Amino acid sequence: MKELEIQQDIDITSLKIGKVILLSGVVFTARDKAHQFLLKEDVCKMENRVIYHCGPIIRRNKVISAGPTTSARLNMYTPQLIEKYNIQGIIGKGGMDENVLQALRGKAVYFSAIGGAGALYSETMKVNNVYKLEFGMPEAIWEFEIKAFPVVVAMDSKGNSLYKNVFKKSKRVYNKLIK
Amino acid sequence: MNLQQRIVELYQKTATELPKDIIDALVNAQPEENNYIGCLHLEKILENIILAKKESKPICQDTGTPIFYVKYSRKYPQDEVGKAIRAATKIATKRSFLRPNAVNILKDKNIGNEPVIHFVEKYRFVEKYQYLQMDLILKGGGSENVSAIYQLPNQELNAERNLDGVKKCILDAVFKAQGKGCPPYIIGVAMGGNIEQVAHLSKKQLLRRINDKNSIPKLARVESQTLRDINQLGIGPLGLGGDTTALAVKIDSGWRHPASFFVGISFSCWCLRRQSL
Repeated sequence: MKELEIQQDIDITSLKIGKVILLSGVVFTARDKAHQFLLKEDVCKMENRVIYHCGPIIRRNKVISAGPTTSARLNMYTPQLIEKYNIQGIIGKGGMDENVLQALRGKAVYFSAIGGAGALYSETMKVNNVYKLEFGMPEAIWEFEIKAFPVVVAMDSKGNSLYKNVFKKSKRVYNKLIK
Repeated sequence: MNLQQRIVELYQKTATELPKDIIDALVNAQPEENNYIGCLHLEKILENIILAKKESKPICQDTGTPIFYVKYSRKYPQDEVGKAIRAATKIATKRSFLRPNAVNILKDKNIGNEPVIHFVEKYRFVEKYQYLQMDLILKGGGSENVSAIYQLPNQELNAERNLDGVKKCILDAVFKAQGKGCPPYIIGVAMGGNIEQVAHLSKKQLLRRINDKNSIPKLARVESQTLRDINQLGIGPLGLGGDTTALAVKIDSGWRHPASFFVGISFSCWCLRRQSL
């Protein structure tokens, strides 16, 4: 498995779909509320960063369980967010839509994390900071330091998407079965 | 130990330990998975399950909505059981077995956790007996979001009011869900005449053991056929492709009004957390 350090100037555009990677570096969690907030306010800290779609369980500043949440809910905010903060990467699960795929072009990639593997991921991260805790524990913006965090490149910066490929194949089978 | 303490323990066990039948199904699926990424995901999922139990950490950070199915005799006062469940929920949240997951919609504020409790009184137990049985599901939000209710007939799917029509609804729901609800899925289905009935009964099907066989042969056949068809879709673990899209399909049938034919489909992610007291 390839290891990858998240840096401000990393060449993320060389990553191709299907590649399994161990990510290290700083990520910021953001769900529905955080996306609305980040689009409304100017938070310079977020520039060139990696977003993690995650609502963790934290106890006394320790990560107890923190796998990914469904990314599709954030489709409507994401192209704007990538544009505004020059986001380099998004970690989530379940994939995102065509508009996001186009917004990623030449700029960023989407990593799929293993949905449900909250305990496993908790071992790879520690809390650096938290913002907007008043949104509630799952909806706050948590700054995590991750180390060897397993992901798959699922949507790349050249318009390729594993989800699109899977959808096309399943559509052919579905049409045959439904007929 | 009093009832409240026992329920706190039930919460801890449900959040951190997956039932054996589900682990077995995942273990059996892994060597059969031909997709490299799919296979790797199943491997990591199993690693996660072992780690969560060992460290007593929630398997998944979304500890869902707690749903209780309580069977009791008249000797066990319902309001006492309800009170014990609510108090235990608060403690389990405080101890981080549960993530605070209840959002007050009008105030847009996270208020902790709110359990859903279904009571069923068992009349066959005479009044002097104390009887209490409790099943708990921690129902994740991602898979809840892809759950659906269909009406038959459905022209778009060319689905009529028969078991073949029901099968088409299930396939359509899985196709639309793709990888959003954390496959491999466990799918509960119910046919009936009104929406709350099929929503309730389809979710209750998630209590069935993965390898049990439906006692109605007709339904047992549809269950296995539908499962086979779903796994041809190629959606795979977490929707990244593969042969393991669902682990089980469980179907129940109620009665219906002559005008209505509803099909309720309740999805569970691979992480179906259910335990009993």
